[in-house]
Amino acid sequence: MTNPNNVTLTDNHTVEFVSGNALAIPTLRILKEDGTLHKGASLPDLDKETALKMYDTMSFIRVLDERMVAAQRQGRISFYMQCLGEEAAVTGSAGALDFEDMIMGQYREHAAIHYRGFTLDQFMNQMFSNEKDLGKGRQMPIHYGSNELNYMTISSPLGTQIPQATGYAYGQKLKGEGKCTICYFGEGAASEGDFHAGLNMAAVHKAPVIFFCRNNGYAISTPADEQFKGDGIATRGVGYGMKTIRVDGADLLAVYAATKEARRIAVEDHEPVLIEAIAYRLGAHSTSDDPSGYRSKEEEEKFRSNDPVERYRLWLVKQGWLNEEEDAKRIEQLRGDILDAVKKAEVIDKPAIDELITDVYEEPTPHLVKQLEDTKQHIKKYPDAYPVTAGRIS
Amino acid sequence: MATMNMLQAINNALDIAMAENDSTCIFGEDVGFFGGVFRATSNLQEKYGKERVFNTPLTEQGIAGFANGLAAQGSIPIAEIQFADYIFPAFDQIVNETAKFRYRSGNEFNVGNLVFRTPYGGGIAGGLYHSQSPEAYFSHTPGLKIAVPRNPYQAKGLLLASIRSKDPVVFFEPKKLYRASTGEVPEEDYEIPLGKAEVVKEGADITLLAWGAQFEAIEKAAEMAEKDGISCELIDLRSIVPWDVETVAKSVTKTGRLLINHEAPLTSGFGGEIAATIQEECFLYLESPIARVCGLDTPFPLAHEKEYMPDHLKTYEAIIRSVNF
Repeated sequence: MTNPNNVTLTDNHTVEFVSGNALAIPTLRILKEDGTLHKGASLPDLDKETALKMYDTMSFIRVLDERMVAAQRQGRISFYMQCLGEEAAVTGSAGALDFEDMIMGQYREHAAIHYRGFTLDQFMNQMFSNEKDLGKGRQMPIHYGSNELNYMTISSPLGTQIPQATGYAYGQKLKGEGKCTICYFGEGAASEGDFHAGLNMAAVHKAPVIFFCRNNGYAISTPADEQFKGDGIATRGVGYGMKTIRVDGADLLAVYAATKEARRIAVEDHEPVLIEAIAYRLGAHSTSDDPSGYRSKEEEEKFRSNDPVERYRLWLVKQGWLNEEEDAKRIEQLRGDILDAVKKAEVIDKPAIDELITDVYEEPTPHLVKQLEDTKQHIKKYPDAYPVTAGRIS
Repeated sequence: MATMNMLQAINNALDIAMAENDSTCIFGEDVGFFGGVFRATSNLQEKYGKERVFNTPLTEQGIAGFANGLAAQGSIPIAEIQFADYIFPAFDQIVNETAKFRYRSGNEFNVGNLVFRTPYGGGIAGGLYHSQSPEAYFSHTPGLKIAVPRNPYQAKGLLLASIRSKDPVVFFEPKKLYRASTGEVPEEDYEIPLGKAEVVKEGADITLLAWGAQFEAIEKAAEMAEKDGISCELIDLRSIVPWDVETVAKSVTKTGRLLINHEAPLTSGFGGEIAATIQEECFLYLESPIARVCGLDTPFPLAHEKEYMPDHLKTYEAIIRSVNF
């Protein structure tokens, strides 16, 4: 029975506490490391075209990450974050969605925006803050966003997208168009108040949102066991009263299958879902971070052998869907394409100085117009001090 | 025309906004069937359904975050923060998210059609957690608009303008006036533009500036000063961001004196911003230093509320000092 306290009352007459680890949530695994299926596992309904598109995305992101970390080291861009180790978690989930579904990422989900069609040049324009950047050069590298691709622009403060995803999804439900929102975050962001606010509101208001936790073991340098207690993040979904699943985040097929079903629940049953993908952040948190200070080479090596891209590649080869020779050529070609794109983007002009005051409000207010004019006059007087804009002010 | 108190005028504005667009939603703590602790949302759930007018869990952070998402999706959220004192858990969502959504995305996304309504201010024996006037915190963040009505007519017109604005608005309602202030309010739809001050009374010797519930203090002080032969010009600022520099500067150029009155503490209050701008605009016309009559730099007290308040007597004294400088 339920009562005004919204609990199911089952009497017990002895003092017994439920352990904080009592919920044993299993982990969905479909694909083994050698590219064969686990016994008893069934393949998700996945066509060749989608399967290869997801592989293309993962391998693209891997090469992009490798090249851009190098570009950051050369001082060509100021900052970078790589997806290394989490490619299957992000790509497998993004691949299971409809294009019209909204994606709200934390920051490490560039595989998802690429899957939707964000081009190599668009990546570069954002990272080099040039005038072709959709974000008009206002945010650090990796803060991608595209209205056309239904990918919400990234915000640096952690976890803020979680209650926003609930609100966005609620609006989608009101409109009745059968769309949902996926919200990505790390296990570290699950410590923020926004996590509680967002999941609780989603459960209460039955918002069609998929909360996708990338539990990658580290929040910058803080290991998960210093971040939270209890059995992972998944148990909290149960606590909020929502359907929850834990998946092997290095297993693309498991992530894909879980997200497909989560989407069905969100859209057809109008309910939020929590997915916890167990992965390992193989790379540094960002280019400002050095994992050698807080974890061992042995640990990293162990997870390096559990490579999500390689595992999926082996499966594709076994399916007869991937030609290894052609794949190797494509990867080599990509390396060259990325270098060319870097060279192209870094010489494109910065956004015009007028963009300094646009989009603060729908229309620049009089005080903003005045401040811009004063700034321009000043630049004209000291052009050498402002080389990026001095020559471009009329 | 009908006679309404401020709550009825707000309720009327919300009713109009709900009727004109199916994707307008009202939500917050207790705003559903109960109609909000002040009853600003009375009868709206019955009229528009639980999907569009609903209670949220007790989470200001969640309300603001949810509102951001809903606005970004294209719906029209009107979110209530039960007391302005409780807006701080939502601070990050408002100043880092609401305010920056359009700018940071290069206008790929925006939350323009979002309003946070919240009751602010003292005069209700509410002590330090039911009396604050936090408008200055938000005025420092580009991307937000801020409006404060002083009577039912303004409440309806400014609220409708805020809901239809393509910029997010924080709408502070003087709860002291919710029932105390009544007046003629047109039943039909109308808007009062954001960013425009109202010259309520013309005068020659000094400009008195206030907004919201404090307008009453400068009105009363002006009556006292007029008996001394001092002619006061009264301006209601109505919008804190953007604020109407032109109207205030024009007035001060004429009168040569300015007194700003607000309930929030003096230090870093919005009065400081106004004083700085007006001395820049009107330096050669000023006959005396710009005066500020504000709350004290203490948390809002309970037992000493009267002493804390920048009331008409403190205002009157400041007028005399300014005129006799």
